[in-house]
Amino acid sequence: MSDTVKILASDVNVFYDTKQALHDINIDIMDRQVTAFIGPSGCGKSTFLRCFNRMNDVIPSCRVDGHIMMGDENINDQALDPVFLRARVGMVFQKPNPFPKSIFENVAYGPRIHGLVTNKSEAEDIVVDSLKRSGLWNEVHDRLHDPATGLSGGQQQRLCIARAIAVQPEVLLMDEPCSALDPIATSIIEELINDLKDRFTIIIVTHSMQQAARVSQKTAYFHLGHLIEYGETKDVFTRPADPQTEAYISGKIG
Amino acid sequence: MNNPTDMLTAQQRQDIIRHSLQKRHKTERRLRWAGLTAITIAISFLVILISNIFLNGYTALLQSELQVEMTIPKAELVDENGDLDAARIMTFNWNGLVKKAFRKKFPDVKGMMDKRSLGDLVSDNAGYELRLQIEKNPELMEQNLFWIKTSDDVDMYMKGRLDASLPEKMRRLDDKQIGWVDQLKEVSEIRKVFNTGFFTTADSREPESAGILGAVVGSAMALMVTIILALPLAVMAAIYLEYFARPGRVTDLIEVNINNLAAVPSIVFGLLGLSVFLGFFNMPRSAPLVGGMVLALMTLPTIIIATRASIRAVPTSIRDAALGVGASRMQAALDHVLPQAAPGILTGTIIGIAQALGETAPLIMIGMVAFVVDVPTSITDPATALPVQIFIWSDSAERAFYERSSLAIMVLLVFLISMNLLAVILRRRYEKTW
Ligand SMILES: Nc1ncnc2c1ncn2[C@@H]1O[C@H](COP(=O)(O)OP(=O)(O)O)[C@@H](O)[C@H]1O
Ligand SMILES: [Mg+2]
Repeated sequence: MSDTVKILASDVNVFYDTKQALHDINIDIMDRQVTAFIGPSGCGKSTFLRCFNRMNDVIPSCRVDGHIMMGDENINDQALDPVFLRARVGMVFQKPNPFPKSIFENVAYGPRIHGLVTNKSEAEDIVVDSLKRSGLWNEVHDRLHDPATGLSGGQQQRLCIARAIAVQPEVLLMDEPCSALDPIATSIIEELINDLKDRFTIIIVTHSMQQAARVSQKTAYFHLGHLIEYGETKDVFTRPADPQTEAYISGKIG
Repeated sequence: MNNPTDMLTAQQRQDIIRHSLQKRHKTERRLRWAGLTAITIAISFLVILISNIFLNGYTALLQSELQVEMTIPKAELVDENGDLDAARIMTFNWNGLVKKAFRKKFPDVKGMMDKRSLGDLVSDNAGYELRLQIEKNPELMEQNLFWIKTSDDVDMYMKGRLDASLPEKMRRLDDKQIGWVDQLKEVSEIRKVFNTGFFTTADSREPESAGILGAVVGSAMALMVTIILALPLAVMAAIYLEYFARPGRVTDLIEVNINNLAAVPSIVFGLLGLSVFLGFFNMPRSAPLVGGMVLALMTLPTIIIATRASIRAVPTSIRDAALGVGASRMQAALDHVLPQAAPGILTGTIIGIAQALGETAPLIMIGMVAFVVDVPTSITDPATALPVQIFIWSDSAERAFYERSSLAIMVLLVFLISMNLLAVILRRRYEKTW
């Protein structure tokens, strides 16, 4: 665990057409820690998460203002190539979304398009390494060329994690990665997140307070597009500074 | 609590429901009957239509021939070295030879008029076709017995399509001619054989020599041009509209226009081809190239719409996944979305092409309605197309062309049905469910 700031977001405002989804968000994300975004649904967690890899660009009505600095680069600078950015900031989505191709192809795709591998054996090395890191290797090593869609939901989600880390990003964004999974698959992924934080800065959106408490070092509580509270996870959960946060974690909102 | 059913007992409530149930079932039965009737009517029309075409056309599968005995005067056809001489073959009076040989069968027939009407039993193309055969296979010259095509009128009579009970003036064969044909029938010197020529030759002035190969090749060439032009253009346009176009007035305008274009009557595309491709760019008339270009314009909106629909049917999560690992928009589209959308695109294309195959009006506008006796060998040769050929024949005076146009319709239908079947099979086989 380190104490350096990885990403510094200041005065971030996000609009869908004229509707404002996020108001003046200021936050600093710590390097190689797990930061959890919690809050009632519709409060803007996903929207904010997508600011970090510019996935909001895909939504034509979406406009993002403000600075999101990673090192001395502004992620939100329109001159910055989002394709380059996404090689540094990977993403795992809410619903497992493997490509309808083989397991191998899923993991090898990222390194290949970025030119990180130039031949088959390099690709194999990366695939094996990523599958091992995502804890999937033992389950799939003998069927790497089977379609990924044949895996179980939990396996698919770990494959998506393997696919994301195969590009060796610095930051890993996860939008409710366990919401479509059963409790056992969920706990496997939580363990995985714990292992991965030594190498990656992880930001995870979750609707489960217990999950935030289990996996994260920092927690940010959002409400109606505002960042209400942000601090050490143990502080946020044991002595929330804001009454709204307290209401939420004690189950009165949500 | 002011629910009005609170006052009822459970028994009363059930009775009410049961009563309404009866009514609902009755409505359902009525609807089912209405639907069944509609389908029956539609199917019977289809059956009537197809059997009508079949009954009109199946006889065109056969062609009448009659036997003549003749010796080909080889000496007149070779040069000094004893080889066949092309020029001499060209100028030799083949028709005279055939007719003379045929008339020998009826030595009693005297007089100019009778001789002429006897000669009319033989196809006017018989000499020409004999020449073609001999050019292809000179050994035939040693032979003495030949089967040659009858005229279309005899052919019709042989197939029972000429009513001998009509007054003599009203039919195309007079009593004497029918008598001669009957005589030939008795000695089996006239027969009906499979009409291979129909599938291996192009159009002709004489129905007995007319075939559809020219039109089929013309159609195939035009459709090739259509696919080559329309498919990439349409897929590119669809990708652009789905992935790159910023929503706004311009995009809306393009969209509305594409949808409108799909509804424009095809003859308008023909007019466009006439004035732009022929008038402005001076491209060749009657050429499959131009026909294909016009049909491509016509099919373009259909394929664009089908492609956009199939692209949209691919879940955005696939695209997001690709973008998420850092694929560019184009990579996401080409590597992940298009392969998933491909079966849908293909199905749309096949249906668009099948539509184009059946089009007549725009091809007539650009002159593919010409009378062409040669099978086209390049896309700039004058040619006609299958539906246009049907149109030309059904418009001809001879009864024999009429049966040929029915057979050509059957051929067209076979092509259309197989294309649609292919589309269904592709859709079945590759249909994805997420
Ligand atoms: N594509 C979109 N277009 C318009 N509004 C959107 C879009 N996505 C999200 N929103 C709105 O932005 C707000 C925040 O949504 P989101 O970030 O998905 O919330 P969360 O992930 O916290 O549940 C919601 O009010 C939602 O309706
Ligand atoms: Mg969300």
